[in-house]
Amino acid sequence: MSVLVFVEIKNKLSKAAKEVITYGTNLGEVNVVTYGNASNEVLSEMGDYGAKNILVYRKINEPNDQVVSKLMLKAVDKLNAEFILLSQDQTGKSIGPRVAAKLEAGHVSGAISLPEVSDDFTVKTNVYSGKAIAYVCVHTDKKVISILPNSIQPVENKVDVSISEFEEDLGNGRIKTVDLKPLGDGIPLPEAELVVSAGRGLKGPENWGIVEDLANSLGATTACSRPVADIGWRPHHEHVGQTGVAIRPNLYIAAGISGAIQHLAGVNGSKVIVVINTDPEAPFFKAADYGVVGDAFEVLPKLTAAINNFKASQR
Amino acid sequence: MKILVCISKVPDTTSKINFVDNNTKFDENGVQYIVNPYDEWYALVRALELVEASGGTVTTITVGTSIDDPTIRKALAIGANDAVRIDADPADSFFVAKQISEYAKNENFDLVMTGKETINYNGAQIGGMVAELLDMPFVSLANKLDVDGARATLERDVQGGIEVVEVDFPFVLSASKGMAEQRIPNMRGIMAARTKPLNVIPPTEHNKLTSVVKFELPAPKIGCKYLDPENMDELVELLHNETKVI
Repeated sequence: MSVLVFVEIKNKLSKAAKEVITYGTNLGEVNVVTYGNASNEVLSEMGDYGAKNILVYRKINEPNDQVVSKLMLKAVDKLNAEFILLSQDQTGKSIGPRVAAKLEAGHVSGAISLPEVSDDFTVKTNVYSGKAIAYVCVHTDKKVISILPNSIQPVENKVDVSISEFEEDLGNGRIKTVDLKPLGDGIPLPEAELVVSAGRGLKGPENWGIVEDLANSLGATTACSRPVADIGWRPHHEHVGQTGVAIRPNLYIAAGISGAIQHLAGVNGSKVIVVINTDPEAPFFKAADYGVVGDAFEVLPKLTAAINNFKASQR
Repeated sequence: MKILVCISKVPDTTSKINFVDNNTKFDENGVQYIVNPYDEWYALVRALELVEASGGTVTTITVGTSIDDPTIRKALAIGANDAVRIDADPADSFFVAKQISEYAKNENFDLVMTGKETINYNGAQIGGMVAELLDMPFVSLANKLDVDGARATLERDVQGGIEVVEVDFPFVLSASKGMAEQRIPNMRGIMAARTKPLNVIPPTEHNKLTSVVKFELPAPKIGCKYLDPENMDELVELLHNETKVI
């Protein structure tokens, strides 16, 4: 069965890309389509995860939804691909539905498991903003599946890789990118394996230093609760929860967040949850693996120190 | 400017989620429905602001049955001029996108807006599908939209940053947090909404490409292990040796 994986490569191969390639190797022989100026050395690295053939479109001027979708559709056609896989990141959310609609292929967005294949083809995905899981059955021959970051562990599986260039000129779409404002060098929240988050219990934006210190020591990404983003203490892109970003890191540390149902919805896919709160009745403790009843202003610096000691002892 | 805003009903954000009929159906018992927050707070309100500033109309569209009418009236109360309801169960996202595009293709909308996702299915599929079916550009996850004559400037969330893009009309966008502020309808709006047009249109036929066969609730946590706030070394030790996340 022919599998087509779309990945986006900035400077190096992202974890999300490795996850999608690994997902693909479970379904058949993996072909990758990508665009841009990545070196052949970076492209070859995809072979370490089982990608056999890589098709790269180098003529792209303006990578936008229309051109990238067209590229994918051409590749689907060329390979007669049955499975079309992407990451459910911001790019995947704009490309996947376009490609699925054009192909009239069933689309599962945000898959959290490999498919169960018997008479039917069924994939699990989060619904109700993480409060439940749905088993989605795809009825069409072609299937477009986008995979939620941090749902599949990348597996090394080295194969010989061949790289070819996509020669046809696909023109430009109508959307023009005029600027890109980076949000910092950190790992984007949806891809982060370790997340340190804080809420109103921190009392003001000037107190976020202790949150950032812990995140730096751990190599974690920072996040926050909705009220904190709404009153402007922290940027909106840090808001995790039902109406913010839904995440599923390995470790989620929440300080000064009570754990309203809307917040839990965005984080309950986390493997391990640590809750720090002065209020022993905070509902978040019910969803936690480890709880610390205490003042974030005292506990966070102590935890940072303990992490630093631990890291020093590992060297 | 002529704007179409896609509106969906979802359970209130505080709803407890349960299923019935062998976990195949959402348990509606005691559930309050609201307009999907992304559709309402961001897409609809920004559409109204644009029309208030430079004229035009805002039409909402919903694929649903008469159960959806109260949430559609809420959108009218907030200020939409009129509403369209395609009279069908929203079978799957392609079915919904197809209904919307079939309606929109002859109406010459300058802008079609959706929320970035619904908070029940979280598929984030409708906007992109409608864009493809109408052969229009799709600006996903837009958190800012400014219009200057025939050109729109938007900011959208991308991996690791905010991208600023320009596009000519017509196009489709999905709205994320930041595009506008929630509006509470006033009494005049609520009264006016009762008499605003809500046009019910029969659906066109399409096959279902996907279906949900079963739901399940996430496994509950076994219980919280409480630690001494003075002894964070113990927590680090547990994270390293017991759960192996660091």
